[in-house]
Amino acid sequence: MSDFETETGSELSTATPGAFFANGTPPSQEVTKVRSATADAWHELRRNGVFWVGLVIALVALVMAVWPSLFTPADPNFCLGSRQMQGPSGAAIFGYDFQGCDVWAHAVYGTRNSLLIGTGAALLSGVLAMLVGMVAGFFGGWVDAIISRIIEVALAVPLILAAIVLMKNLPNNDQNLRLFALIGILGVFGWTTAARVVRSSVISAKQQDYVSAARMLGAGNGRIMWRHIMPNVLAPFLVIITIALGSFIAAEATLSFLGVGLQSPSISWGLDISSARVHMREDATPLIVPSVFLALTVLAFIMLGDAIREAFDPKMR
Amino acid sequence: MFRYIVRRLLQGVLTFFGATFVVYCLMFAGGGDPIQALAGEKPVTAQQRAALTEQFHLDDNFFARYLYFLKDFFTGNLKSYTGRDVFENVGSALQLTGKIALIAIIFTIVVGVTLGIVAALRRGGIFDTSSLILTLVVIGIPSIVLAPLAQYLFGIQWKIFPVNYTFEKPFVSLILPGLVLGTLSLATAMRLTRASFFDNLRADYVRTATSKGLTRFRVVGVHVLRNSLIPIITFLGVELGNLMGGAIITEGVFNIPGIGGQLYKAIGLDDGPTVITFVSLLVVIYIVANLVVDLLYAVLDPRIRYE
Repeated sequence: MSDFETETGSELSTATPGAFFANGTPPSQEVTKVRSATADAWHELRRNGVFWVGLVIALVALVMAVWPSLFTPADPNFCLGSRQMQGPSGAAIFGYDFQGCDVWAHAVYGTRNSLLIGTGAALLSGVLAMLVGMVAGFFGGWVDAIISRIIEVALAVPLILAAIVLMKNLPNNDQNLRLFALIGILGVFGWTTAARVVRSSVISAKQQDYVSAARMLGAGNGRIMWRHIMPNVLAPFLVIITIALGSFIAAEATLSFLGVGLQSPSISWGLDISSARVHMREDATPLIVPSVFLALTVLAFIMLGDAIREAFDPKMR
Repeated sequence: MFRYIVRRLLQGVLTFFGATFVVYCLMFAGGGDPIQALAGEKPVTAQQRAALTEQFHLDDNFFARYLYFLKDFFTGNLKSYTGRDVFENVGSALQLTGKIALIAIIFTIVVGVTLGIVAALRRGGIFDTSSLILTLVVIGIPSIVLAPLAQYLFGIQWKIFPVNYTFEKPFVSLILPGLVLGTLSLATAMRLTRASFFDNLRADYVRTATSKGLTRFRVVGVHVLRNSLIPIITFLGVELGNLMGGAIITEGVFNIPGIGGQLYKAIGLDDGPTVITFVSLLVVIYIVANLVVDLLYAVLDPRIRYE
């Protein structure tokens, strides 16, 4: 198996084998085409069952978010008190909840808000983490010292707690505002772990010989960061952001469950779980259906992230 | 070592002020009129307003009020706007939360570390592969799914544990919440143990120990184990932050009046000052725990020499 540094290391080792093997006897090398790190990772990824399962669930969730009516003919907001806690029937395969809403339809339509908030927060935190981590790792010195202290302070305030305090102050009636606030808050408070990952990858990439070589050839900071350091950061960055996407979805559901996230009439799995919990002694189906949706979606992104990490990390094989 | 400890302590102090300041800023970020919030729908007379402004130092500038907040926080003198003493039940709440956290951590260490070691020793085997997939599933389940489902299955369906926390059976009714909380970090602990154990199995000192003629049991049980546990300890400190998020849900679901449970109630009742106080308390616990873990780390791993 070729290693993670193939892309950068292979040119060196094939161009000047003698430099590495001073005794003059280079080990017999197979004459196979050298794959780039990305192609190599893709080769690994393709054979990983976890990756495919994660990908399929994530794609189904995506389609469900874009086009929920494909999965259910029912209107999730059409709730009748007369159908309260009715069991499964031809019209509603998982029956109705305490408010008389279709359990399955509610869960299907909840996908949109979950994915919207998860993706939005992941993108926002990703951009922040990339910028801050890159600057801290690349420039080092006092810039790094200040940024590292800021990251430490931000890490000391757990994401959920910060979001609880901020979301409490928002008006309850403006659902769009709450949605965007959730994206903003999760993104702005959730960037620290990813920034640390970016920073440490930048630091280790910065010490490579080819970076010094590029600098000697007259490349500017921008070019070095973009062309030589970025490719090394991308893999771990992608992994942490994919996993973060899953945890942002979980965080949104948790906040909605607590009553500080989205609020009715918005549809959220957290809200569904919270209201179904009260009546679970009578019927647990309204609790189980959104729980399974939530767990599967979070799981899908964690599986994807894990599979990508494994594909890019030769040590894991 | 000494320099490291001093540096880490100073860093902790900085983090403490930074983090409490962030929490304090968050509290005011939403704006609004705290006096009106206190009075609810009722009108507030000018006289009451002046008295309350005086009492809560609302006229002072932002930083002065932050210092007042810190002072009240540490003297345990924090009154909620409703006049109730916020710190009334903090002692017993801390005890309860501590007990649950203890159950959770013991569970995590015993089960997670054991599974991780077994998986690392039989790497690539059926146990390793299946436990890797299984732990992935466990990592993917958020606490708001795990806690209500566990309560439903073990409490209502199978009646193995009490459904809610009761004073009559203080220990038995804490087991299930503790296990739920422990499960949240179990999977990560297992994977971390596996990775770190496996790295150490390939280390030179293991080969030396084996070639000295030590038994496999001694090599693994003494040499590898001690070195592999270092990252686990760090992880447990960092994980505490997630545990607290989980504790709000778990204690809320099982109706436990611990720190998390009271926070859960306060959020429901829209009791701002109590929320802020408990959040600050959790943040402080988190910072102290991380400090202790970092110091422990330096003691445990003599290779770590700090400049």
